[in-house]
Amino acid sequence: MRIVVPKESKPGERRVAATPKTVEQLRALGYDVAVETGAGAAASYPDSAFAAAGAQIVLPAAAYDGDIVFKVNPPTASERMRLRDGQTLVSLLAPALDPGAVEALRGQGVTALAMDAVPRISRAQALDVLSSMANLGGYRAVIEAAGEYGGLFTGQVTAAGKVPPAKVLVVGAGVAGLAAIGTANSLGAIVRAFDARPEVAEQVESMGAQFLRVDVETEVSADGYAKEMGEDFNAKAAALYADQAKDVDIIITTALIPGRPAPRLITEDMVASMRPGSVIVDMAAANGGNVAGSVADARVVTENGVVILGYTDLPGRLPTQASQLFGTNLVNLMKLVTPEKDGQFTLDLDDPVQRGMTVTRAGETLWPPPPVQVSAAPAAAVAAVEPKPVKAPMSQGTRFALIGGASALFLLLSAFSPPPFLGHFMVFMLSVVIGFYVIGNVHHALHTPLMSVTNAISGIIVVGALLQVGHDNLWVSVLAFLGILVASINVFGGFTVTGRMLEMFKREEPAR
Amino acid sequence: MSLSYSLVQGAYIVAGLLFILALSGLSKHETARQGNRFGVLGMSIALVVTILAATSGLSVAGLELSAGSGAKGLAFIIPAVAIGGAIGIWRARSVEMTGMPELIAILHSFVGLAAVLVGWNSSYESSPYPKVHDVEVFVGVFIGAVTFTGSIVAYLKLSAKIKSAPLMLPGRNLLNLGAIGAFVVMTIAYLTLDSTFARQSLLGLMTLVALLLGWHLVASIGGGDMPVVVSMLNSYSGWAAAAAGFLLGNDLLIITGALVGSSGAYLSYIMCRAMNRSFISVIAGGFGVEGGTSAGEGDYGEHREIQPEGVAALLTEARDVVITPGYGMATAQAQYAVADLTRKLRERGVNVRFGIHPVAGRLPGHMNVLLAEAKVPYDIVLEMDEINDDFPETDVVLVIGANDTVNPAAIDEPGSPIAGMPVLHVWEAKDVIVFKRSMATGYAGVQNPLFFKENTSMLFGDARARVDDILAAL
Repeated sequence: MRIVVPKESKPGERRVAATPKTVEQLRALGYDVAVETGAGAAASYPDSAFAAAGAQIVLPAAAYDGDIVFKVNPPTASERMRLRDGQTLVSLLAPALDPGAVEALRGQGVTALAMDAVPRISRAQALDVLSSMANLGGYRAVIEAAGEYGGLFTGQVTAAGKVPPAKVLVVGAGVAGLAAIGTANSLGAIVRAFDARPEVAEQVESMGAQFLRVDVETEVSADGYAKEMGEDFNAKAAALYADQAKDVDIIITTALIPGRPAPRLITEDMVASMRPGSVIVDMAAANGGNVAGSVADARVVTENGVVILGYTDLPGRLPTQASQLFGTNLVNLMKLVTPEKDGQFTLDLDDPVQRGMTVTRAGETLWPPPPVQVSAAPAAAVAAVEPKPVKAPMSQGTRFALIGGASALFLLLSAFSPPPFLGHFMVFMLSVVIGFYVIGNVHHALHTPLMSVTNAISGIIVVGALLQVGHDNLWVSVLAFLGILVASINVFGGFTVTGRMLEMFKREEPAR
Repeated sequence: MSLSYSLVQGAYIVAGLLFILALSGLSKHETARQGNRFGVLGMSIALVVTILAATSGLSVAGLELSAGSGAKGLAFIIPAVAIGGAIGIWRARSVEMTGMPELIAILHSFVGLAAVLVGWNSSYESSPYPKVHDVEVFVGVFIGAVTFTGSIVAYLKLSAKIKSAPLMLPGRNLLNLGAIGAFVVMTIAYLTLDSTFARQSLLGLMTLVALLLGWHLVASIGGGDMPVVVSMLNSYSGWAAAAAGFLLGNDLLIITGALVGSSGAYLSYIMCRAMNRSFISVIAGGFGVEGGTSAGEGDYGEHREIQPEGVAALLTEARDVVITPGYGMATAQAQYAVADLTRKLRERGVNVRFGIHPVAGRLPGHMNVLLAEAKVPYDIVLEMDEINDDFPETDVVLVIGANDTVNPAAIDEPGSPIAGMPVLHVWEAKDVIVFKRSMATGYAGVQNPLFFKENTSMLFGDARARVDDILAAL
């Protein structure tokens, strides 16, 4: 089958749905690929590179002549008109926000796969463009903020005076938020982050930010997205934002709730309380914005000199990388729908991933898909399986009682024991303790040699047999003879094999 | 002429110290060889002094303490040591490194047997404290006998002469407890009996019970728990020697036995912790059988296959490669091929490392010995905790013959029989290649969701042949 990749028509869009590398991968799956001339130019992928990868370069007029159309942005009305019955469209579609477009595609008999409707389950992550784009967006948001901000991110002590580090607040610790945290942190800023889902605290901390907490009970998210929160929580969170706004230099907001306008988190008052020169990047501007006063695709400067960036094309500002990731997500989708690697597109609607993405198929609307639980089976298992009882540490009292009891018992026994026995017992006890400590931090690789050497040493039992030999009773001597024999096997064999093993362990010659 | 008792005791103290130095030396690579030499030296001192004392007799301040066995004794001792030593050195030199677990298991049985023989012999001797002596005889013979048959079963299982699946007798825990109870009853009876014949019969009966207990104890533990079993038997053989020391009033035996016993117990504890299981549950045996049905019967989807050429291509592009071997590498004798692969990749500047799970293989440190045999430098062979955090930055992981030790179900599925066992997080790497003969489950009988992950590809076939294919394709 033939895949066509038209040039994106959206103003300012520099991405393209395929790169020379993904063209090669698609061809390996058995597809023919045609790319509209100039489609990759803005992303630094010239036609010649596509041609070298085996793609056919076609004129704009032929850009929709294929079985499968790869696009980044949803088709405009005029682009939609160029699609025909039986064709498959793969692109971002925002089916929840634009039901009209879905209806139109259905009417045309187009099979449409929405790359932004991939279910959020681990198996589908390889095709999740929202994740791959959000990752770039988070990075770019920090870079944009750094461009606007008048200071350094990293603190320094220089001959010309001390430079304080920038303080960055990241709101929403999804993929974009975590990428922003990582980027700001690696630039040297002090990074704090807040998210309504307390379970992400660990991820935030792993990226090097401080996680800000609000003391309210919240539920663990079941579908991987944040939900709208209760009144009490919102009030406390607002107080936290207000506090932070006065302190930080840069705020990056990434809070999105699927299918709803973005929550308004940073109010006008908070913006007004920020220092002049502070920067806010509102990554949710396309959906109404998290920040009062942010305008989609615009740079706004407030009266008190705070810059609010509402860019919605942050991933597109890294067109080369974004195209590569987007293209790879598409390749992964094609791998899924081309199980035979024979260039035949076969949609399997029993697969929750494919079902979730398929918006229309052959004149039938399949949106919205049945809900997919992120972790259906494990969650059920958690509920069903009793948690293993955690062994409670012994209380101080019980421990003392046990030790006391054991000591008393031992004293009683020793009162009836002959003196030599106790002397031996002392030796025994001290040796046990030494045995524990002596191998306490043995290197894991030496477990086997250690066992074989202890085995050789335990052949010391030969001493016992040696002392018994020559007894008047012949049986005793014979048994002792056997004892010496088998114990000698141990002694000699054990030390020899240990020596042999240790000879094999070598470090690499330093002179390599 | 007799040997001074004090001289003998002094020599024993020196030997005991040398053994402690031997064990502590063995805990680091740099000092390991020296540790082994200390052990040899200590043993030589102990043997020479003991043989002298046994043949020429002992005296304290000129008074004769015991008569030597003289030339008659030497006539027994020299052939016994010569034959035993020859057998031991011959086996030690000829053993294959993959056969190491079996060798160590069978060696343990010898200590057990020697302890039984020493115990029996000692029962003929008189003691100023007959009751204490009787108890010591019983304890010594009991531990020795359990070690003896237990080690033989372990040997048979490890060398695949009998099936390694756990023997599941009904009420096996009761059987074990019953045997211990019988031992206690017989010990008390032994103290009260006077007739020599009755006492000897009782000793024989008790030995039989202990032999059966040792057999049953290890027979009901499955092959996958063998690392723990072998180190547990190692510990037992130490306790057996210590018991013999009490019996003979010999401090050297007590010191050495206690050292070996407690260090073996500690090693078993490390192994158990690595599997997140209690020592008792390993001893009780039957892993994965009584844990109810596995929650992991769900549909994991399809696995993907890859060809050796594909693996070679992945490895060519990789910068960081981690190899996690398991028992399958040992059975396929793939360690030399793996070492070749490692060398080749490292010559190309690829950072190749090994991640070893503490219970990989059938013996603590089994994988390390195999890799060392194939001349893999030991400083790139890391243990689980050292490498687990590095998987996200790893390009390719080669899982060679490992299964349960890389099973994400241990973390994700609380209902799984292996839930909670620390595992190597190989699935966090970009690509995982699993070398496996078929899609069969691992030792624990648990399906492995790793095989069905997006970034996992299966390479079916004999591990050594497949690694050779990759080498050819590189």
